[in-house]
Amino acid sequence: MKVVIMGCSRVGAWLARLLDAEGHQVTVLDNDSWSFRRLSFPGLLADFQGTALVGNGTDQEALKRAGIEKADVFFALTQGDNRNVMATQIAKHIFNVPRVICRIYDPLRQELYCTLGVEAISPTAVFAQMLKKKLES
Amino acid sequence: MYIIVVGGGRVGYYLTRALLDEGHEVLVVEKEESTCEGINEELGSICFRGDGCEAATLAEIGTERADMLIAVTGHDEDNLVACQVGKHKFNVPRTIARIRNPQNETLFKKLGIDVTISSTNVILEHIETELPTHPLTHLLAIEEGGQEIVEIKIPPEATTIGKSQRELSLPRGSKLALVIREGGKNSVPTLNTTLRAGDRIIAVTTHDSEEELRSTLRGV
Repeated sequence: MKVVIMGCSRVGAWLARLLDAEGHQVTVLDNDSWSFRRLSFPGLLADFQGTALVGNGTDQEALKRAGIEKADVFFALTQGDNRNVMATQIAKHIFNVPRVICRIYDPLRQELYCTLGVEAISPTAVFAQMLKKKLES
Repeated sequence: MYIIVVGGGRVGYYLTRALLDEGHEVLVVEKEESTCEGINEELGSICFRGDGCEAATLAEIGTERADMLIAVTGHDEDNLVACQVGKHKFNVPRTIARIRNPQNETLFKKLGIDVTISSTNVILEHIETELPTHPLTHLLAIEEGGQEIVEIKIPPEATTIGKSQRELSLPRGSKLALVIREGGKNSVPTLNTTLRAGDRIIAVTTHDSEEELRSTLRGV
């Protein structure tokens, strides 16, 4: 699969390395090249062999350079909820990417965007739920 | 009308002042404490400190009874989300977003934002009109059908000088509305109107055929 990941955060870099190791064609986009160091942190995962590109994922030109037009999946994983939401909607509505997944920290916004057809995950809600389960087990 | 303005920067501030002068009920939502205080001191207690993209904030300020929500922060993504939350969560009848990247215009329209104002395009158009050598100036965009009103200057070196409108074949959908001659005399062009150096032509065209119209009228 061709995968474009916006945001080389901890999660973004980790996911990129996981998918890359499985043989997918992965491109990571971040507006700060310093973030790409996470793609080669030694330790648990193999080094990233895919493409790392400097660019703003809410900019359509940058997304084109990252190969969004041929992507099968798009992930929006920056720290900004609104940036993620906007990039996701660009991928979905402008470039017709078949699958778009986005992180939204704010559970209220996550719920709203799910009703608007965006596949959104709120790590806040998911992690709180996990901690609660942990306590109960 | 009850109008919510998201973003209390310079645009938000002057917009709010204008709306208050017109007698509207206005509430500004602004994240920065100092900006908020400044607005409250100058315009009365009309600024609410909070994140205008958050449903909780918008619920607190009674967005469900707002007639309009105008998002004018400096970030396109924040303006988009504020308008979407207003529209889909609180059914605000009219949402207006400021955008900085002109490319986002199509996206915002697709996502149901009622009006978008591209501050970059507005500035570009104003500068264009001040450039004496600029062959084509955008005067007005007409939302319906992507039409626009433009001004085209006929320079002395144009190869179309002396030709009548009948002899030039204008692109489909383009119409000449007015010819302004040197000295300020103006007339509505007919098929027999001939072009002269220094003419300024006001025409209705579409974004896609403006280049063709320009080259048809100037011959270069």
